[in-house]
Amino acid sequence: MATNIDKEKRKIKSVKKMKEIMTLYYIDAKTAADNGKKVAWITSGGPVEPLIAMDIIPVYPENHGAMIGAAKMGVDLCEKAEAMGYAGDLCSYARSDISCATVNGGPIGGLPRPDVLVCGNNICGTVLKWYEVQARYFDVPLFIFDTPFCHTAFHPEMSRYVRTQIDEYIVFLESATGKKLDRDRMAEVGRLSVAGQRLWQAVLDTTINRPAPMSAFDAFFHLALIVTLRGTRQAVDYYQELLAEMNQRVRDGIGAIACERYRLLWDNLPIWYRTKWLSDKFAAHDACLVADTYTSAWCGSLRYMDENDFLASMAEGYTRIYLNIGVDEMARMVGEMVDKYDADGLVMHSNRSCKPYSFGQYDIRKIVEDSKGIPSLIIEADMCDERNFSESQIETRIEAFIEMLKQRDGQ
Amino acid sequence: MQEAIKYMAEITAAPLVYGRRIQMETGRRVVGYVCSYTPEEIIIAAGAHPLRLFGPMGELECVDTHLQSYCCSVVRGILDTGLKGDADFLAGMVFPHTCDSIQRLSDLWRMNVARGFHLDLVLPVKLNTGSARKYYLDVLRRFRMELGRQLGVDIGDEALGEAYETLQEIRRLLAGIYELRSANPTLLSGDDLLTIVKAAMIMDRHEARDLLPRVATGMKAKLEAQKSAPESLNSSPPREMEIKRLLLVGGICNHPRLHGMIEAAGGAVVWDDMCTGARYFQTAGPGVESDGSTGTRKGDPMAAITEHYLHREVCPAKHNGLTSRAEAIISLVREKQARGVIFLHLKFCDPHAFDYPYLKNAMDRENIPHLMLEIEDPLPAEGQLRTRFEAFLEML
Repeated sequence: MATNIDKEKRKIKSVKKMKEIMTLYYIDAKTAADNGKKVAWITSGGPVEPLIAMDIIPVYPENHGAMIGAAKMGVDLCEKAEAMGYAGDLCSYARSDISCATVNGGPIGGLPRPDVLVCGNNICGTVLKWYEVQARYFDVPLFIFDTPFCHTAFHPEMSRYVRTQIDEYIVFLESATGKKLDRDRMAEVGRLSVAGQRLWQAVLDTTINRPAPMSAFDAFFHLALIVTLRGTRQAVDYYQELLAEMNQRVRDGIGAIACERYRLLWDNLPIWYRTKWLSDKFAAHDACLVADTYTSAWCGSLRYMDENDFLASMAEGYTRIYLNIGVDEMARMVGEMVDKYDADGLVMHSNRSCKPYSFGQYDIRKIVEDSKGIPSLIIEADMCDERNFSESQIETRIEAFIEMLKQRDGQ
Repeated sequence: MQEAIKYMAEITAAPLVYGRRIQMETGRRVVGYVCSYTPEEIIIAAGAHPLRLFGPMGELECVDTHLQSYCCSVVRGILDTGLKGDADFLAGMVFPHTCDSIQRLSDLWRMNVARGFHLDLVLPVKLNTGSARKYYLDVLRRFRMELGRQLGVDIGDEALGEAYETLQEIRRLLAGIYELRSANPTLLSGDDLLTIVKAAMIMDRHEARDLLPRVATGMKAKLEAQKSAPESLNSSPPREMEIKRLLLVGGICNHPRLHGMIEAAGGAVVWDDMCTGARYFQTAGPGVESDGSTGTRKGDPMAAITEHYLHREVCPAKHNGLTSRAEAIISLVREKQARGVIFLHLKFCDPHAFDYPYLKNAMDRENIPHLMLEIEDPLPAEGQLRTRFEAFLEML
């Protein structure tokens, strides 16, 4: 009985609200055509704010991919894509989305048809190819927001190129909607975007506390709004409430797991079809994933954003995001997170679906192990395609890793 | 001709041995690169030698602690070469931005291998807008400046113009050899042709420029001999009329005997859309002047160099319209009178794998037969490949 009460106490109350918001958002998106609204499909790292300012509904195939994965519908859709000729080694979000569009499958019966496509390649080169596929399939205009990769620097010519593209992007949207961008509205959306990102960072930062009031698994869920509704009042209001709830939990000493002994840092996308399994597995060993490199990517370039000159600062803010930088810089940031969240270990998901996120992990692991003196674990899997998840092997690895943590702890 | 080909085969079999030799014998600094978007002209104009790394096939020794197994064999092979120290003699490396894997290869090389300088060429991904073209030129200008600084030389316009002309000449010569062979595939084996193109990316470019005409001359002589020989002596190799003409489409071909197997089955690749093939030498033609799309003055060698790379057929990691590759392949099939297309993909090469379904559908619409071959490292058994080629050619 005590356990049940304990469990109830640890439930995050905002979850209900989040589900409501996301349900309404998808209803709105799916009925856009009936209400005379335009729909843009956009990549997760894409510049969404001008869409919000122009009342175009942004829809995220990657968020849809996550839903497909969490609903364990990834394998079926990936297999359909493979039957269409897509290699099984390609990104499972892309494979799921591409085949889903042709059958209106998945947990919500497919995404609403796009009027335009907006592809920001700051997260990978895969999205370029994926959006080309969809632009051919739906026969709609595609805007490519090309953000040069910052191996070691962000040069002035890169800045000029991206800044020019922001103007081109606005012209593209104006031509698609047949109306002018309201600059005052844009400025307001920019301010709300920055406010939302700051709040999201503040929410993530509550896990600095011991015990952490939420885990990375919770962050994977609550992330949805900063991705899909960034730049809206709704996102700001929601994260204010979530932050208040987290702060209250900190004051009440309520942790994400019953007993937090080990604090871990997660790297890469979630394994959507196994989040609960993994969460339980770690919690059973008193290990809590207190932070991750993935959800923090949506507020990681805040330092380049200027809320009072949002359009201009977007160029740098959208180019210098976590995945668009060199492996050594990523390792430095992971190291900073280890210190900030006082992590005892690093858990890396080597994700077959995401090459730019995964290649370099072995080096990051070594750098962090050497500089921070903490052990690490690599889980070989895939974010959506369950065929690449070997339960017994991963279980054995987790147990060996926990043993290592225990030994270090002197148990 | 055979002597020239034998020499080039030795070079392509051991590019790094050749690179060391160039460095020792000429004192020129050798600059390694990994992708056909590298502006070799600028490296040559700096007095250095551009050497392309392809990545060895087969057993790799050091790469597993740095790169996962789901990375393509080219990237894994190149990193392994670096980690083993085989590329230590290089003055520096150049990494153009192409795919996600090469992007990370650059980071891992810089962090684990680099002894010389390390230059990233962060090219635009889309090539079909004015701002992207302007940015392309800006990137090459920065490259010229940084390379000059690294090598301690001032790269002048005159040297650039000369280097551009040398490379244009090599491109024209390679295109000429391709044309000769397309007209009569028995004049040169496909494996030899691949050797020649690859050698042109490795060897001294002036030497290549002087050697390529010998290949063309040899081919012409062979053609004359065929014409004058009595019909009965022409039964072997197979007569040109009976050969099933094919187009090869893909990225890098690291298979040394692929063409031999196709030819043994009665076919011949008469043209290609490959990074180790026509995409390397395609050019908008001699004497192309700046079309002004990069906003430069007429006759500016940097503009000419930029426009060469903007106008060549794209690698699928770059964007130049939604259907440009399908259109280019279909028009090549028609122009070269190919009877079928072989898609040659390297396992884990995402850009090509993403394009395949739409290209396949475009071929189906045009009634062009096609075969998809995914090459893994280690290579599939030759018998298995041969059977697939035979079955495909039988169908044509």
